[in-house]
Amino acid sequence: MLDGTTAEIRERQALRINPAKTCQPIGAMYAALGINGCMPHSHGSQGCCAYHRSHLTRHYKEPVAATTSSFTEGASVFGGLANLQQALENIFTIYKPKIVAVHTTCLSEVIGDDIPMIIERARREGKIKPDQLVMHTNTPSFVGSHVTGFSNQCASTIKYFSESSGETKNVVNLFPGWVEPADMREIKRMAKEMGIEFILFPDTSGVLDTGHTGHYEMYPAGGTTLEQIKAMGDSFQTIAMGPLASKAAAEELEKKCNVPSRLLELPIGLSNTDAFVNAMRLAGQVPVPASIEEERSRLIDMMSDMAQYMHDKKVAIFGDPDQVTALTQFLVEMDMKPVIAVTGTPGKAFEAKIKEICAEKCPEVEARAYSDVHFLHQWIKNNPVDLLIGNGFGKFVAKAEGNIPFVRFGFPIMDRVGHRAFSTIGYTGAMRLIEQITNAFFDYRDRNDPDEKIELVL
Amino acid sequence: MSEETKNISILEGRKGQVWRKGEGGAFVCDRQSLAGSVTQRACAFCGSRVVLYPIADALHIVHGPIGCAAYNWDIRGALSSGPQMHRNSFSTDVSEKEIIFGGEKKLRAALDELIPELKPKAAFVYSTCIVGLIGDDVDAICRQTSAKYGIPVIPVDSPGFKGTKRLGYQAACDSISKLIGTGDTSKVGPLSINLLGEFNIAGEAWMIREYFEKIGIEVVATMTGDGRVDDIRRAHGAKLNLVQCSGSMTALAKLMQETHGIPFKRVSFFGMEDTAKAIYEAAGFFCDEVVMERAKNLVRAEIGEVLPQLKAYRRKLAGKKAALYVGGAFKALSLVTALRALGMRTVLAGTQTGNADDYAALRDICDPGTIIVDDSNPLELAKFVMEKDVDLFIGGVKERPIAFKLGVAFCDHNHERKIPLAGFAGMLNFAEEVASSVLSPVWKYVPRRSGLGMEGVR
Ligand code: SF4
Repeated sequence: MLDGTTAEIRERQALRINPAKTCQPIGAMYAALGINGCMPHSHGSQGCCAYHRSHLTRHYKEPVAATTSSFTEGASVFGGLANLQQALENIFTIYKPKIVAVHTTCLSEVIGDDIPMIIERARREGKIKPDQLVMHTNTPSFVGSHVTGFSNQCASTIKYFSESSGETKNVVNLFPGWVEPADMREIKRMAKEMGIEFILFPDTSGVLDTGHTGHYEMYPAGGTTLEQIKAMGDSFQTIAMGPLASKAAAEELEKKCNVPSRLLELPIGLSNTDAFVNAMRLAGQVPVPASIEEERSRLIDMMSDMAQYMHDKKVAIFGDPDQVTALTQFLVEMDMKPVIAVTGTPGKAFEAKIKEICAEKCPEVEARAYSDVHFLHQWIKNNPVDLLIGNGFGKFVAKAEGNIPFVRFGFPIMDRVGHRAFSTIGYTGAMRLIEQITNAFFDYRDRNDPDEKIELVL
Repeated sequence: MSEETKNISILEGRKGQVWRKGEGGAFVCDRQSLAGSVTQRACAFCGSRVVLYPIADALHIVHGPIGCAAYNWDIRGALSSGPQMHRNSFSTDVSEKEIIFGGEKKLRAALDELIPELKPKAAFVYSTCIVGLIGDDVDAICRQTSAKYGIPVIPVDSPGFKGTKRLGYQAACDSISKLIGTGDTSKVGPLSINLLGEFNIAGEAWMIREYFEKIGIEVVATMTGDGRVDDIRRAHGAKLNLVQCSGSMTALAKLMQETHGIPFKRVSFFGMEDTAKAIYEAAGFFCDEVVMERAKNLVRAEIGEVLPQLKAYRRKLAGKKAALYVGGAFKALSLVTALRALGMRTVLAGTQTGNADDYAALRDICDPGTIIVDDSNPLELAKFVMEKDVDLFIGGVKERPIAFKLGVAFCDHNHERKIPLAGFAGMLNFAEEVASSVLSPVWKYVPRRSGLGMEGVR
């Protein structure tokens, strides 16, 4: 499919070829699914909602319920007030959620629908009852990317529901950022192991990785509860992971309820996990338990076992900023050379951060924000790599480059199951990453080496 | 059955859209989805995009914010025997600046960047939700670009709010009709047809084409599977149009009948009976004994080949119950027949976009007690699946995880697949797909069949 890509790079002014990002509303939908009993509502044409649900379903292999205002020609001219009011009425009557999380789309943003006013009016006119909770977040799809939408949904949730009762509790808020349900499970496990009291928000485990029950549950048991979200205002600290996805929420909580926050990179790889463990240790005033120390030592053991295969391997990586920066850090820790790092999300901070991480190991790194997979492919053509890391679309690039080793990482992955079941966060997650990376190398060799060169023992 | 599914009522405004054979009552369809419902439907943009997508030597560029382009990137199984340009995602990635100042400049620049480089035979420009609102005159840009490069540059006017996929199909037909009649037909023979509404999913158009070539009928253009601009331009030279997937292309067939006097026949190439019928219809149309004789031989030979293998499947699958929820009603009809050939019974049939005629036909061929639904949602589908105790669900991406959660086998019958299900050989693939899911031992372990949760293990 990408065999026609050429090495000659022409700067483009106006064109996006094969995107490495998507639009805000899908991120808001994902974050809202991490609230217990929440129905995400897409205020726009019904296509948006269908796309977002399909895309999430393809990635998580789980049903995703969300509603839409089903804009019509009329709504596109006169605004979506009537549609939203009718929608809210219908949703509470039929689907009975604990809360409806409205997000906008490009259409309702351009029309300029005033969502809080519409909600307020529906309340005044008795179309929604006092105990029927509705929140909103603005997610213009022509600004930022899907990660921005996630971030906005999280911040708005806090704005609506977190409260401080005046009495600070011995609880730490953990904001995981946009990671997989399996990663959220892992963060909770580690926090429990550390022995701290915490609230994880949002939490899509138990929502988008449920077991087989024989039932279709529109609202699976998982998700951060509204009580917890409210109580986050009484916690004494927030540990926010993934600056792009979590910073806005942390700041909002700080502003609204005076909860101080610590901003960390995603706990991917050795030093980022160290930072996370350390932050929990300091916050909870607890010693690091032997079990966590042991996990760490097992990771280092595996890193040393595989070190020789990692040395100076050239890597191209693409995906969302939080993920790519954290993983690039780990690549450097493993003595690899991240030569190309690309994200579709706009923001120059990404480029600076990647350059800083790679300053010693690989100062020549090509770091680009607001870019796309086509550019990535062209840079690889000019500077061939040993390994490609990125979402499922990466496989076309890997194939066009002679089936180079490829590790799936990021969103979306629509052709594998592992990402939803096995975490890549923390020390054990890092071990899984090493396994995936070395497997990719070794499988490549086993497939391509002549028979006499194939090694049984590695 | 979970409490939720048991107690779910049908949205008041949707009651007319559910019908049970044998109960009478009026059936309502072809309406906009209710605001606030978890509809499984997509939008007009999606409809136009999927219909035009397989035209492989044309440039397809989405004008709008990134989302719409991102969700459509290579999600169709429509194969091309030549150029793969259509599988890339090109868009203008409209951002805040264009929302304020308009996107015309960007669109123009994007076309200027792409057309000289890729040298497409034509270009389709899709306007998404906000393009009209920010005041872009896409028609004018298309006209000017067309004059500049000497290729047809065709606007596709299908913003999502216009309506369901059907309206998008209509927009796509309008766009194609601008090409038809502009090519040289002097080489088109007297025994010639076009295939409309055949998208070459998994190479199905190639199989069908081969049947016709074998009996001496020339296929001028397939619209749009493995489509080429030049073929479409001379499509008006054909003597007959065969329309498959009637929902999407009947409008074009009618138009060609009016403007070029080409009659059309609605056919289906799904299932052996329908495939044979389609071939005979075409052969019969030309009143040519030789062609008819060849057709009979072909059908006999093909069925002779497939039947013994099919019997083996029938033995295993007889008596199983199926539910189907697909895009168009014509597909639903063929599926009912094909399932019957496998000894299976359809107990629930629904579509996203059927019209009154389609549903009348569907009602006629279904057994008493069959439930027929229009524009359904997950809770409703789950309810009926449990009520009817089905063994197999046939649907698309959003229905798959629901079926699996309920403990029901699933067969993918959408346009993402890359396994051909059309024609005679396709029937075997279909049988294999059904069998591979229905006969899996995993269904023995699910609560619905075992009657046991964990207590069964203890
Ligand atoms: S870009 Fe706009 S119209 Fe397209 S899916 Fe995103 S919000 Fe919807």
